[in-house]
Amino acid sequence: MSWSLTFNSPTAAFLGGIKWAWTSVFVIVMAGTYIGLGALAHDFGLSALWLTVSTLFVWAAPAQVILISGLGTGAALLELALAVSLSGIRLFPMVVSLLPLVRTRQTTLADLILPTHFTSVSMWVESHRVLPTLAAEHRLAFCNGLSVGYMGVATTFGLVGFYLAAGLPPLLAATLLFMTPLSFLISTARNARIMMDRLALVFGLALGALLTIMNVQFDLMWAGVGGGTIAYAIHRLRAAKAGAAS
Amino acid sequence: MSAAMTELWPFLVLITVGFLPNEMWRAFGLVMARGLDEKSEIVMWSRAVATATLAGVIAKLLLFSNGSLATIPLEVRLGATVIGFVAYLLVRRSVFAGVAVGEAVLLLGGYLFAR
Repeated sequence: MSWSLTFNSPTAAFLGGIKWAWTSVFVIVMAGTYIGLGALAHDFGLSALWLTVSTLFVWAAPAQVILISGLGTGAALLELALAVSLSGIRLFPMVVSLLPLVRTRQTTLADLILPTHFTSVSMWVESHRVLPTLAAEHRLAFCNGLSVGYMGVATTFGLVGFYLAAGLPPLLAATLLFMTPLSFLISTARNARIMMDRLALVFGLALGALLTIMNVQFDLMWAGVGGGTIAYAIHRLRAAKAGAAS
Repeated sequence: MSAAMTELWPFLVLITVGFLPNEMWRAFGLVMARGLDEKSEIVMWSRAVATATLAGVIAKLLLFSNGSLATIPLEVRLGATVIGFVAYLLVRRSVFAGVAVGEAVLLLGGYLFAR
């Protein structure tokens, strides 16, 4: 590993986490994503305060995209809540695998509430990379600092996108809006670790398009559960085949 | 609806439709944090469903765009996405390169063909 981090106090570890967030590769992608989200929120008539509160509370760009575009197009609230919830399922395994990293014997349940809420793709990836190299007693503070650093970037650039979209000519505003699907598509492909992830991405794209064209109700839910289950089933079949062959 | 209600309504929707349905998975993870490992079957399945749901959202945003993005013809949007993705694959799987190239193509295509 090309770094070595040691801290004298939890405060130093917290600040170290913020600094780590601001110098990581995710900052550029996150800034782009939230510029797009801010522009989207503006386009759909939501306020800058609403956007900021949604970033702090929801803290998951996919869920925020679903929420903002759904509210903007007047989707049924129950369907929206379902789609948001389906997009959030991935947070569950992330929290489950993150918490053992930050927990020590002195850690209370209350200490774990913040890292649980802060769990998101970028923070999770960086935590798994960095936390194992830190002294156990400083991991929680570092992880919180890392998350606060990312949240600062997200809220700031969300507002940048919001106010840019307000003042930009339509072509440039369209370019900002395009940032969301484009950066999500590419970073999801980047995060795909095994064939199952790539299949889920392809099936989700195809079903999402198809079901929307066919005007099916709860299209996102079916695209997610259907596409995801097919990808998972293929993954299982291939694993079983490989197991039988060896 | 009263004036206060009209102002609070979007925030109420944010909490009930955005925050709670999303946060419940984190809370569930906090409760279940013992005893599950990252490679267990239920965790694998939920990862596939989460990825496919996000992909469905991407498809909707690209094909059925709203707002100013809808002024860019569908062919330009799809072309910019494909070229951006190819750039990502060619330039050492760089997300930044893919996004930058895709955006440049959209800008150019939009300039030439915008409705």
